[in-house]
Amino acid sequence: MRIHFKTSYDHDIRLFPDWWSFSIYAALVIVAVILPWLLGDFFLGEVTNVLIWAIAGLGLMLLTGQTGQASLGHAAFLAVGCYSCIILMEHGWPFLLAFPAAGIITGLFGTLFAIPAVRLHGIYLAIATIALSVLADDIIVLLDPWTDGVSGKFAPVIDIFGLEIERWSTPARFYWLVLAVTILCTLAYRNLLRAPLGRAFAAVRDSEVSATAMGVHIALTKAAAFGLSCAITGLAGALMGFFAGAFNNETFSITISINLLMMIVIGGLGSIHGAFFGAIVIAFLPQVLSMVTDTLGGGIAIPGLEMGVFGAILILFILFEPMGIYGRWLKIRTWLELFPFARKDMFRRQKSYLKTERLR
Amino acid sequence: MDILQLLVSGLANGCVYGLIALGFVLIYKATEAVNFAQGDLMMLGAFVTLGLSNAEYVGLPFWLAAPLAIAIMAGVGYLLDLLILRHIFGQNQTAVVILTIALGFVLRFVAGAIWGHEPQTLQSPLAMGDIRLGGVVLGMADVAVIVVTVLLTICLYQFFQRTKLGLAMQAASQNQMAAYYMGIPVKRVQGLIWGLSGAVAAVAGILFASKGAIDPNAGLLGIKAFAAAVIGGFGSLPGALVGGLIVGVIEPFASRYLAAGYSQIAPYALLLFVLVFRPHGLFSQVRVKKV
Repeated sequence: MRIHFKTSYDHDIRLFPDWWSFSIYAALVIVAVILPWLLGDFFLGEVTNVLIWAIAGLGLMLLTGQTGQASLGHAAFLAVGCYSCIILMEHGWPFLLAFPAAGIITGLFGTLFAIPAVRLHGIYLAIATIALSVLADDIIVLLDPWTDGVSGKFAPVIDIFGLEIERWSTPARFYWLVLAVTILCTLAYRNLLRAPLGRAFAAVRDSEVSATAMGVHIALTKAAAFGLSCAITGLAGALMGFFAGAFNNETFSITISINLLMMIVIGGLGSIHGAFFGAIVIAFLPQVLSMVTDTLGGGIAIPGLEMGVFGAILILFILFEPMGIYGRWLKIRTWLELFPFARKDMFRRQKSYLKTERLR
Repeated sequence: MDILQLLVSGLANGCVYGLIALGFVLIYKATEAVNFAQGDLMMLGAFVTLGLSNAEYVGLPFWLAAPLAIAIMAGVGYLLDLLILRHIFGQNQTAVVILTIALGFVLRFVAGAIWGHEPQTLQSPLAMGDIRLGGVVLGMADVAVIVVTVLLTICLYQFFQRTKLGLAMQAASQNQMAAYYMGIPVKRVQGLIWGLSGAVAAVAGILFASKGAIDPNAGLLGIKAFAAAVIGGFGSLPGALVGGLIVGVIEPFASRYLAAGYSQIAPYALLLFVLVFRPHGLFSQVRVKKV
């Protein structure tokens, strides 16, 4: 059992509470860096996929887990990031400029969408974002001269100072690129949470009335959350485009939006770990299911099985572990750390009653 | 005459959207939550009827199969609440949203596993024949859809305004704890409304299947019904019907008079437009409370 003896306020917001947790994360990063020498190309591709989903998950987590605004339309922002990065590169921008620019452009789009969206609450926001996601598909087709509509686009080869990076011919380099972006995004997210803005996000999530009373400007905070969340999502979208190689209007469908939201719920809302756990589940579930059907059913393909199982897992999580995989891990860790003294009802949920939102 | 024909077919489609939207509104009115699986419940209702009445399955006569399917779907709705939704009783709306989306996935999978993924048609006596009024051609199914929807809306509206149970449901949605204090069995009321909305979904499913083929993804129609419910304002039953009719009428006119790519975005653009300028719908029930 570790005891944190805090002697200054800075201790509360340190990146790592002690040397032990710092060394764990450092070891994790080292393993991640040397992974290309440990795994074959297929599994390296899978891990790259996990990391890309995790970045997208971080983006949505900032909005949904941290600020409490459920969005079912983040695939639209993935598409904005992807298309803007590729189109800029086709106009001769180098990757190192086009990639951050794609994030900024997507962030601006997100802020633009936030102008009407900050007035919406709960279900109305969810429905507005669904509409956005459905519209994105049609708008990509309508913008044919830029996006090539239904026929789609191909991702060019990334060139960083003469170093060529491509998903199929140089999977290890592409993996390192994605890993670097992941680490940068995670650090940015973690630092944001320590800053006043991150605290304001959490305040808005927990109670808008109390946040206002504490001097937080609700609309500005929500708009900032939308902008930052969409910027991260846009980066993930650009990487997704490079990972897929080719994409068109149907690549970023509403299913992706829904999967993204489901993913962070399974992982654990409101935690960085949750985005990663959720990404692991969503990336490996199809592989595991196909392995199971191969061994048990003799290779019969059951259409729709994946989504059915995914839905069932999600229902079980919401009913029995609303904090997701990370919440379960937290319980296990607490139990181990406190070993003989852990009590059964430590994480018991408070009883709550719903009131109407029609009276405000 | 052309315009009149478009208007009539739009109204019939709009009534189906309105029926699904009615399901949303019922559950919203009684539990303050939105059932994102309502479209999938409609799909399931259509498939249950199809399974009971089509010759290649059970082969019951249609007029026996339809009430039976409605009863079964009412049971399914009640069971869904009893087994799943009651566990997260009292939690916020977002949890219910995510839960019902997941429920929709599972329902789609179940329907696909039982009835297959190919589109099928319901052998319905409603699907036969046309009526000609002047130059306007009206399918029997369209007439049935319009009549049933209007009747159902009136009945449900009266139910919420006049009966004790309807008032109890509205009270339960406004403040669960206060409703408990008034002696309303809030949880049982919630179960009943889920049963009722399952039955409404079955009616919508039967009518929808009479108009054309259905497959397990038919539930995605629910997204258009969202547009209907939002335009009408979630708390209002007549609003849901009006919203459905608006969406239904806009669609054929948009595809007739707008360029190809623009027509299918019309309902969603309208939805966003309404949300921007009237964030709680045309028939808004939101009042600001003075502290």
